[in-house]
Amino acid sequence: MGFPQKSHPRETTVLSKHFGDPDARTLAGWRNRGGYRALEQTLAMEPAAIVQMVKESGLRGRGGAGFPTGVKWSFMKPGDGKPHYLCCNADESEPGTFKDREIMRWTPHALVEGCAIGAYAIGAETAYVYIRGEFTEPLERMTEAVREAYAEGILGRNALGSGKRIDVYVHKGAGAYICGEETALMNSLEGRRGNPRIKPPFPATAGVFGQPTTINNVETLVAVPHIINNGAEWYKAMCLGNAKSTGTKLYSVCGNVRRPGNYEVVMGFPFKEFLYDLCGGPPAGRRFKAIIPGGSSVPIQTIAEAEATVMDYEGFVACGTMLGSGGVICIDDAQCMVKQIARLARFYAHESCAQCTQCREGTAWTTKIMERIEAGQGTAGDLDTLLDIADNMTAKTICVLSDSCAVPVVSGIQKFRDEFEAHIVQHRCPFRPATAAAVAA
Amino acid sequence: MSAPAGGPSAGPRLTALDRAPRADAHERDENYQPVFVNARRKELDELLTRYPTKMAALLPALWIVQEERGWVSEPAMAEVAAVLGLTPAYVKGVVTFYTMYHQHPVGKYFVQVCTTSPCNVCGAEDVVRAFLKQTGASDLGATSPDGRFTVIEVECLGACGFATPVMINNEFLESVSADRVPSIVGALK
Ligand SMILES: Cc1cc2nc3c(=O)[nH]c(=O)nc-3n(C[C@H](O)[C@H](O)[C@H](O)COP(=O)(O)O)c2cc1C
Ligand code: FES
Repeated sequence: MGFPQKSHPRETTVLSKHFGDPDARTLAGWRNRGGYRALEQTLAMEPAAIVQMVKESGLRGRGGAGFPTGVKWSFMKPGDGKPHYLCCNADESEPGTFKDREIMRWTPHALVEGCAIGAYAIGAETAYVYIRGEFTEPLERMTEAVREAYAEGILGRNALGSGKRIDVYVHKGAGAYICGEETALMNSLEGRRGNPRIKPPFPATAGVFGQPTTINNVETLVAVPHIINNGAEWYKAMCLGNAKSTGTKLYSVCGNVRRPGNYEVVMGFPFKEFLYDLCGGPPAGRRFKAIIPGGSSVPIQTIAEAEATVMDYEGFVACGTMLGSGGVICIDDAQCMVKQIARLARFYAHESCAQCTQCREGTAWTTKIMERIEAGQGTAGDLDTLLDIADNMTAKTICVLSDSCAVPVVSGIQKFRDEFEAHIVQHRCPFRPATAAAVAA
Repeated sequence: MSAPAGGPSAGPRLTALDRAPRADAHERDENYQPVFVNARRKELDELLTRYPTKMAALLPALWIVQEERGWVSEPAMAEVAAVLGLTPAYVKGVVTFYTMYHQHPVGKYFVQVCTTSPCNVCGAEDVVRAFLKQTGASDLGATSPDGRFTVIEVECLGACGFATPVMINNEFLESVSADRVPSIVGALK
């Protein structure tokens, strides 16, 4: 449901059903709502059967890349004699995204249960939930939920009396977007600088502490207990026509929009109705100009493109962008695209871990040139330079933070070239009232 | 990264990390007393059971130091290094990677305002200006003359639907608009 908004009748609230209900946070409250039944059932099943069920459900990773979760889990080889680990990625720092925060704030036990099931399925005894340091309340809620789960014997050396050991630990990050990248997160968890690692080896071979590791997003893991409870067929049926994208998805809606918040809809929902009916459209007297539908790292859509989009993995790709993390950033006609793209470039420059030259230099120069254009000091060749830098930043680095910085710049120049050119020709930002100095010049 | 000259949005942007170190006694933390004794030592020992390596307790250990002391000084890094079997240089390498560890003392109230695009389009820069004005901090990253406030801009706080989120120490405020800032600051004084 669109917390802090009321649930909209067209939402399908599976993961967000209890958002805003403080009673659901406690272990007793969670059990009253059916909590930990799925874990009990899981512990009586073979791990391979769980993996198969998740595969059949069609669940795909909600952290950004959309990799099939069951397939990822099947990379973990049972009986290899090595300790296995599950990492839950709760670093949520992609601009526009704030769904994992609400999941952990309102339904922390859902994540504890998801982690326990995931750990069991991949043959791990330990799951680490890596939560960004700024998430003070989610950290508190999760710490408390884990404490309750240990106290009641749900976690620990004899989880739910099954004789199996499942430990879940909350680990607090310390401020770094890059630690959301899976191998950077593993380095950070090990007590290192959060630099992404060269792959291969992939985490399933050598992940955290050099051992086989699976990493999943918060939203991915909280979907799993529902699949166990209701079956793969039930989950698969939640889509509107495209069998490759199944289930519900939580979208975080923000920026210039009447009702910002989280909304949960089935895969295949029409984006136009989502934006206007559920989210209430743009603020009074304004019009949507651009939408960034999947967090700041996916290509910017014009509103016309967005209105024609079907909300699932393939639907967003068909309309020139990606589902990404589901962070829907709305930008209205009073905003300067150049300024906002410059601000995104600054974000990536600030967050680059600086290992790769293309990223370290590319994000910094992109920011300088973008800010120069925004300030009215751009030159005729700047757009070509930006595109050239973007080209050098794409598909050339250890992780895709570099590519993510190029994406808004390239799609922005493609779709809003007139705004860039107006800045360069007029030597000022056309969205800002003219100052005396600018008029004189 | 140095910011280019330009309009209001392109001004210099300082974080606590960007400030040049001052080598006065306060910054050298000469009177540092060990943190990992008694209850805090026990806490660390419990943390160590969670990981297969001692090094993995580094971020949690640094958090403990910052909770106790307000910032992470060089003597603190040396203590952390000693208890975890690392070198001080290694620990410093890690501390400098993460934005949330303060490498200098900060004001009693450390104010972090998100100004990344989703909040930016909702007026986050006005919120920053209002905080600077109300606290008397001369610039981003500088502490107010009364030593109470340090204001910085930060990147996405993961609460974009609640623009503009502001963190004051460990308190997370949602939906802060510029006109709410005077009462927020007033309540802290
Ligand atoms: C720069 C960067 C930042 C990322 N940040 C996050 C994040 O905050 N949360 C997240 O779940 N995934 C993030 N990812 C994606 C992860 O690398 C990884 O694909 C994901 O956690 C896998 O989980 P899933 O299969 O359940 O989606 C990020 C990736 C990159 C390249
Ligand atoms: S952009 Fe401000 S919280 Fe995400």
